[in-house]
Amino acid sequence: MSDIAGQKSSLTWATHISVVFLVVIWLVPTIGLLVSSFRERDQISASGWWEAPFSVELTYRTRADSEPEPVDGGYRITGNIFETSEVQEAFADGEGRITAFGDSARAPGGYEVGTEADLGDGERLTVNADGSYTYIVPEEPRRPPRVYFEAASPPQFTLDNYRTVLTADNMDRAFINTLTVTVPATIIPILIAAFAAYALAWMDFPGRGLLIAAIVGLLVVPLQLALVPLLKLHQTIGIGQSFMGIWLAHTAFGMPLAVYLLRNYMAGLPRDIIESAKVDGATDFELFVRIILPLSFPALAAFSIFQFLWTWNDLLVAKVFLPSGDASKVMTVKIADDLLGSRGGDWGILATAAFVSIAVPLVVFFAMQRYLVRGLLAGSVK
Amino acid sequence: MSPVLQGLVTIVIGVASCVAYFFFSNMILDKVLFPPRGENAGRNINRANQWRPWLFMFPAMFVLGLYLVYPVVGSFWRSLFNRSGDEFVGLGNYAILFNSPEFQTAVFNNILWLIFVPAASTFLGLLAAQLTDDLKWGNIAKSLIFMPMAISFVGASLIWKFVYANDFDIGLINAIRGLFGAEEPIDLMQVPFWNNFFLMVILIWIQTGFAMVILSAALRGIPEETVEAAIIDGANPFQVFFKIKVPQVMSTIMVVWTTITVLVLKIFDIVYTMTGGNFGTEILPSYMMTFMFRDDGRATAVAIVIMVLTLPVLWWNIHNARKEMR
Repeated sequence: MSDIAGQKSSLTWATHISVVFLVVIWLVPTIGLLVSSFRERDQISASGWWEAPFSVELTYRTRADSEPEPVDGGYRITGNIFETSEVQEAFADGEGRITAFGDSARAPGGYEVGTEADLGDGERLTVNADGSYTYIVPEEPRRPPRVYFEAASPPQFTLDNYRTVLTADNMDRAFINTLTVTVPATIIPILIAAFAAYALAWMDFPGRGLLIAAIVGLLVVPLQLALVPLLKLHQTIGIGQSFMGIWLAHTAFGMPLAVYLLRNYMAGLPRDIIESAKVDGATDFELFVRIILPLSFPALAAFSIFQFLWTWNDLLVAKVFLPSGDASKVMTVKIADDLLGSRGGDWGILATAAFVSIAVPLVVFFAMQRYLVRGLLAGSVK
Repeated sequence: MSPVLQGLVTIVIGVASCVAYFFFSNMILDKVLFPPRGENAGRNINRANQWRPWLFMFPAMFVLGLYLVYPVVGSFWRSLFNRSGDEFVGLGNYAILFNSPEFQTAVFNNILWLIFVPAASTFLGLLAAQLTDDLKWGNIAKSLIFMPMAISFVGASLIWKFVYANDFDIGLINAIRGLFGAEEPIDLMQVPFWNNFFLMVILIWIQTGFAMVILSAALRGIPEETVEAAIIDGANPFQVFFKIKVPQVMSTIMVVWTTITVLVLKIFDIVYTMTGGNFGTEILPSYMMTFMFRDDGRATAVAIVIMVLTLPVLWWNIHNARKEMR
């Protein structure tokens, strides 16, 4: 509608800018999580993820452990600080730039790089930006003397967090459990709902309107109501807290939306097709299997995506209907109850676990967005 | 049996038994009970057709009845008993609830959520829908704003934990505060009263995409003549938006608003993961979970309170659906 006369170009620019602004705000938190999941623990706490591409200033301590050589009035230790045994690993690639140094943990960067520091008792230390140092001591030291320094360490990205999350902590188990809950809970309701939806859309019987209204009402019923009585019921009939129980629960909780969505869609199918099939002698069953089901594919796809996302992302139903042991925890429960509690401070692990748990829904979302949107519209717009 | 295998077997058995049920029950109806043969052929066809809808609907109705209708009664009944369920206490659980300060906080916070989240999500969604509508890259923008819909509430909470972190080098908000000269980072989750709003932002972030998608479709459905006529009459873009477009999508706005309202009453994940209900952020769904497995009487009483709060929306939805069918 922008081609209509009277649009000002300044307004168009304002639109562009505000949309960019909106999109950036919406994306930034997720990007932060993604970037953090590839960073090391030290780097995460030393600089914000928005500074991830830049060097991080970290404090190191080491010992000047080259062989002391006697000189006039004492001993001299020279070498490169990056090659001393305590920090060798951190600077394995030979890069690094020192910004300051010192001789105590209280002031690890007390002296400017490149200057000679008088440490008292006749000790003098010089550390240059490239890591070369000269330490002069009056007597032969019993142990290599301590040196502290601050260095800009290059940005580091690692897959260590992913390795930890996927192998330790039972997160792999939780991933499998999530899949185990999700797939049957997505597939089983579809057929049940489709038959009911067909009956509500194309068969005439007394009380049809009332039933549709009831479905609409059930869409809203909070499932908190179901938790206590149904857990009790499951325990009475011997299912207890188990995968079987959660499949049944998810099947039922997804049912109102499934019936509602599919009925809306099926009711919109062209009457001619259905009537001509009936005239040709098709029974309701044949009509449903041969014509309605294939034609309703978009709605079936839409519901499957909804149900998949909902069951994958669910925390409440999993907490109540699955046993609380580690063997049957799904990812959301694992993250909310275990990681946030015991690993509360390990941001790298948290970010990675979160990303692992949202990766699959995101793929499904971007691959099937078309159907999702269509389903939303069928379910909401009047 | 490993759960994975059990899952596969369940899929096969579940789907096969559904197909078998529908196929054989239908066959029995047609061939055995009311065969379209003999002297009663005509009457039998009619009777078979009277029965068939119920046959088709039975499995769905059964699970709906058991898992959603029965619990309304079951929960209410359970809420009249004490913790262990053996002593009838009447409305005692409700009396205790209404007198407890935590419950009052939860209700108060929940009202804040009910006002703020649907309003903000719908408004932002409408804004995003209108702004992206004219742009060439609007669809990409939409898809990015819509993306949080796919993220679990737990995942979203974690994402925002990074934004809110109590640390200049992790939390984005604190980093921005530091940029403006703040001395100490603050824990946003412990700021009284406002922490509720920080939590709401998470749900708004998730739901705006939903509102945008639906409202965008509604905006596109507006007949162009109305907009053209307004522009010819000299209306500026803001007038076109607020006086021509918004009134025409008002019913959709209401649908979006009520859908998000109902969602707000069900979501316990965000509060549970972010604060665990501490620092005065409790809301009813998370308050209920503090009693779950501990005191079923009070847990169900809270659930019934939540149910009562959804009743207006429930009535409104049914009313609309019936109006539409007529």
